Order: sequence, then structure tokens, then C-alpha cells
Amino acid sequence: MILIISSQNADINSPVDPRFGRSQFFIKYDTNTNHWEAIKNSSVNQRGGAGIAAAQIAVNHKAEVVISGDFGPNAFNALKAAGITMMTFLQDTSTVQDTIDHYKQGKLNPFE
Amino acid sequence: MKNSKALCIAVASGKGGTGKTTVATSLALSLTPQENVLFLDCDVEAPNGHLFLRPRIEAEKKAVILIPRIDVEKCLTCGKCVEVCQFHALAEIGKSIMIFPQLCHGCGSCAWHCPSKAIKEIKNPIGVLEAGLALKGIRFAHGILTISEPMATPIIRQLKKWQKTETGSVIIQDAPPGASCSVVETLRGADFALLVSEPTPFGLHDLKQVLDILKEMNIPGGVIINRDGIGDFQVDQFLKQNHIPIMMRIPYSTEIASAVAAGKTLLDVSSNYGLEFKTLFSQIKKRVMENETC
Amino acid sequence: MLNQANPIKQLVILSGKGGTGKTSISAAIADLARDSKNKINTVLIDADVDAANLSLVLQPQQSETYEFWGGSVAEIEKSKCIGCDLCKLLCRYDAVFPYADGSNSYFIDPIACDGCAACVYSCASEAIRMVQQKEGNWFHSKTVYGDLFHAELFPGKENSGKLVTLIKQHARLWAQDTQASLIVVDGPPGIGCPVISACAGADLGLIVTEPSVAGIHDLQRILSLLQHFKIPVVVCINKSDIYPKGKEKIRQFSSDYKIDILGEIPYDKHIIQAMVQGRPVTREYPNAPSSKVIQEIWNKLVCRLTKC
Ligand code: SF4
Ligand code: SF4
Repeated sequence: MILIISSQNADINSPVDPRFGRSQFFIKYDTNTNHWEAIKNSSVNQRGGAGIAAAQIAVNHKAEVVISGDFGPNAFNALKAAGITMMTFLQDTSTVQDTIDHYKQGKLNPFE
Repeated sequence: MKNSKALCIAVASGKGGTGKTTVATSLALSLTPQENVLFLDCDVEAPNGHLFLRPRIEAEKKAVILIPRIDVEKCLTCGKCVEVCQFHALAEIGKSIMIFPQLCHGCGSCAWHCPSKAIKEIKNPIGVLEAGLALKGIRFAHGILTISEPMATPIIRQLKKWQKTETGSVIIQDAPPGASCSVVETLRGADFALLVSEPTPFGLHDLKQVLDILKEMNIPGGVIINRDGIGDFQVDQFLKQNHIPIMMRIPYSTEIASAVAAGKTLLDVSSNYGLEFKTLFSQIKKRVMENETC
Repeated sequence: MLNQANPIKQLVILSGKGGTGKTSISAAIADLARDSKNKINTVLIDADVDAANLSLVLQPQQSETYEFWGGSVAEIEKSKCIGCDLCKLLCRYDAVFPYADGSNSYFIDPIACDGCAACVYSCASEAIRMVQQKEGNWFHSKTVYGDLFHAELFPGKENSGKLVTLIKQHARLWAQDTQASLIVVDGPPGIGCPVISACAGADLGLIVTEPSVAGIHDLQRILSLLQHFKIPVVVCINKSDIYPKGKEKIRQFSSDYKIDILGEIPYDKHIIQAMVQGRPVTREYPNAPSSKVIQEIWNKLVCRLTKC
């Protein structure tokens, strides 16, 4: 399963970013291999449509699950059309690693 | 010199509710019937001019932007359109292209650059334009942004274009509040900008923003101080220091406030305003001529 | 009192028509929130970024400034331009002009350019590139009423709502970090992009209207917008005594649509006097007629927000 998590820095131990479209980085994590990779969000500073651009990144990286704090309506529609599952952080989440653990423990709720 | 062309006066303010529409409509009414006036209400988010000029709407047109429609038969899903679109109005999801109409600026870039000519542009309505004869034979037109549509500027652009063929001697354009691109669009092509301000810290702050735009666009302007006496003297001082003319003062009075609230103009409050606005108009004409010769 | 354990509530203050007193009332609310018996930890946002006035009343003691980089505009490198005319033909914003010096090359008017880049991708001699624009600044300020997030869009720039979204996001993060329980957004006039951004995620909208034909007309438009986004809404009437017939209309209208009017604020010179002093009216003139009504409105708002 390939997860994408919005993150404030390019590291798996960095704090999560609650903003999906305007998050500085995404951490891509493969649950089969436990391999991770940081992706810079090149559209943070662009005018409008950041949510869609971020969704496009997720699609291009073949994500199956995207985890963030919130999804705007455009990002939501794009991700839904792509058949990607959206989930939100738990209240007491601090780092990307935490979120991955929560995901593995089945604690996360889907975003609808 | 462009004597043959109509004189175009834009009325702006920066801060909302300073009396822009009151001034614009009163000016329009004072100039008829001597002048042939066309009134364009460019505040398409909150258009109010019609409440004072009471036009009978005779013509209607949809304000549209052209958005892409993709012919799936022809689409190669090469992603070129997604690449060229600067506004993220397109996304490549699986084997198809998704369109987000509310983000589309209608620039046509995707259609032009599609290598297999799979994109056709269709009209997406974002508002309406309406026109008709108003009080005292003023020709009136306004644009109305549809609720929940985000983009006002294209409607202003289309309103101006729609009425371009109308002849007349004076065009009055009532601008939206603020100092962003919708105000720029209203001011574009104007010969003179009449700025309505109020003597308060808010009024001054927002007036400065619009004055910056005028400078950048090289449009001559003058200020009307409305509700004179309600606040402080900072607007006066600022204008004096910067050699910007104060063209008229309208005192604060409850009489004016209630008249305007009831949909009346300054001319209904006192016939003296008719004369004052005529004088104002000849001052504006003079300023515009000076500006053109130098 | 707002329950601290609950998620942060967001109140957005709007009007449709400009100049109805939105900002003065927002400032008073900021003051009352800080001052009420059970002090409410509030974060303030001025979302009217092209006519930003809230800071003139709240008078920050200290601000951090951040640059806001917005969209890009196209720029032609004159020496590379061969004058093929294609960019001029493609541009739908009439932004491309020939140089007047007879050089057979073109330039782009940055004010007219929409930033669509149609010209960039089509130029065969690759003479055009996009240059990102600094379109304003935003500020995180400390005021005695709470932290204020505000911004100044440079005059003439596109108010796409992005700057509004940006400061709202920073405000929300700050509110989370400092365990604030309320965010108050002083919204822009109109119903377009920046207003839509200001409303996003709001728990309650307070519309400040005035009993004038224009005020009522625009009230209906902003109400439809909030209903479209399914945001619960309450109304208060400012300058309520300038046109009695108008006031009746608003009352009628509100009861037809089952919208509560939280208060009717009479026309009161103290509001402008307080603005001139750079202080919220409730602080400068706590006994003024307007202050008393705003206090009532605030009490009712707190009730509403704790329920919703
Ligand atoms: S017309 Fe322009 S803004 Fe609209 S989708 Fe095509 S490229 Fe994007
Ligand atoms: S970027 Fe678009 S709007 Fe700007 S000059 Fe080029 S074609 Fe015109």
C-alpha cells in the first residue's frame, strides 16, 4: 500500500502538516517495503488550485491512501475520482511516523 | 485630442460605503439631458446603481467564460493541457482529464496547445449583463455575478465590451470597493477617476491604495470628501501634502443619510447639487484636456 | 463560555455592501471577547486584504512581516523576440503591445497580464518566461486583544482569495498551538473569491447590514452565498434608525427566512470617534448606545457558538 502524508519537512520524523494543498512536503511511504521518500510540493506558492496540484502529485506517485488534516472540495473530488482513499490525522498526532503507525493499527478514520 | 470620443469617468473609493454610488448616480442625473450619459455599474458583486437610476431592463446577455470540453475520443491523455494550465483547472486522473470550471480563467491556452485538437471551448455562464433606459433617459447597464461564482473581473471586462458600441458623450463607471484587479479593470481606459472618500482613518488608508493604482495607470484623478465633518482632518492634510485636488465636499447630514437609504440621490435632497455636479463636470473636462495636451 | 475541549469555532463577519460597519463591530467583538468574565482566547483575522483596516483600530504593538508571492506574469526578452505576432494573437487579455521604437518586437503590460502563460508555451523563439510577482505582505501581530493575522495586497493585484486562505491557515495553526477557542474573521465586502475564502470552514456568519435599499439588496446576495455554503447565519442591523422603512423590511425578511436579528445598533457618532482614536468603541465609550447593543449581540453570539 502506498501512503502519502502531508508533512512540514522532508523527513519521516517531522511534524505533519494539516494543510493538504499548501503542505511544504509529502512523505511517500510504502507499507510493503517500509521504504519512504520525501516529495517537495512545488505548487505551494502558486496561485489558486493548490489542492488539485497536490492531488495530481498523489495520483502521479500512484498513492492509494492520502493522509492529511483536511481536504478542500477540489482536492476531494480529484482524489475521489482517482479512487484514492483519504484519511485524517488523529488529534494527538505529532509526526509523520506516528501517523503511519496509527494507519497500520487501523486507527485512522476515512475522510468523507 | 479625442474630442470625438466619449469622456469616461470612473468613480472609485477604496473603502466601501463611502458614497461612491451616490456620487456616480447623482452626477449622471445632473448631466442629463445636456449630455448623453451611459452609466455602467461595474460593482458586479454588489451592484446597487439600479436602485437609484431605476432602469427598465430591455436587453440581457449572459456573462460567460470559455472553459474547455474534452473530446474523449480524440484525447491522447498526453497531459499537455494539464502542463500548460497555470491555474490548476485541469488534472490528469487515471485515463482521463478532469476539469474544475471554477478555477478556469478562460484563457484558451489548453485548447490551443492540445496536440490532437481534442479540446473544444464551451461557454460557462458566471453572471448576467443587463441594460436599459433609466431615469431621465440615462442609458444604463450592469453586470451581476452569480452567487457562488468566484471571478468578478471577467464580467466587468465583458460589460465594458458589450456597451462599447453605444455612443454617448459621457460614460460613468461605478467601481467596486477595494483596490485589487477588479478596480483596475474598471479604471482601464478611463479618462478621469473621481475618488469618493470619507474623513476617517479607514477612508484615508483605502484612498491611498487607489491613488497608487491611478499613479501606476497614469490616470488623472480628484477627490470628493463625503460625510465631511464626521471624523478627523487626516484626509485633508494628506491630499494637500500630495497636491491632489479636493473637487467637492458633501457634509454629513441625517437628511442625506436617510434619503440615500431610501433610494434617492443628492438631487432629491437639494437642487443645488445639480449645479455643483455640473461645475464638477466642467472641472473634470478641463483637467482631462490639460492632461492630454501635456 | 466556550468549551476549551471543543474544536476551535470560527465566526466570520460579512456584509455584502461595503461600509456598513463590519470592521468597527469586529474590533468591538475582539475587545469584548478579551474582556468578558470568562475570557475567551481569540485569534483575529482581517480578511479584507485589499482594504485592510482592522489593525488601525486594534493598534498592534508588534508585528512580524512575511512576503506574499502570488501569481506570475509573462515577460518578453526583447533581443529574442522576432515579432511573429503569435503571442499578441493568443493573448485574451490584451496585454501584448509592440514597442513604439520600430524594433519589431513586443512587450507585455504586467497590469493587464492574467498570467495564463499561453504566450510562453507558444513562442517559437522561447523569448517569453513567467516571472513570479511579490503581490503583498502579511503580518502576524500582537495586540492587547489577541493575535491578529492581517495582510496588505499591493494595489491593483489580483485578489484571488489565496492571500486570505494563507493568513487563515496560519491563524488556524496558531490557534491550535495556543489553544485558542475562537477565530474571528473580519470579511471583505462583495460575494466573490476573497469572500468565499473568508467563509471557508466558518461555524457561524454574522452579517452586518444597514437599513438602506443598497444594504438590503446586498444582504440578500450575501445570505444566498452563505446558504449555498451551508453556513448558519445571524444578522445585526447597524445605523438601524436612518431609514425606518428599511428596518421594517429587514425584520420582515429575516422572519420570512427564519434568521435571528441579534441586535439593532443605532447610528452613533461614537463609532467613528473611537475609530479616529484607534480604539474599539466598546473600550473607548463603554456606555455609548452602540456599545451597549454590541455587548448584547456578543452575549448572544457566545450562546450561539457554544451550541453550534
Ligand atoms: S482555458 Fe486556461 S485556465 Fe481554463 S483550463 Fe484551459 S488553460 Fe486552464
Ligand atoms: S501570460 Fe497570458 S495574459 Fe499574460 S501576456 Fe501571455 S497570453 Fe497574455
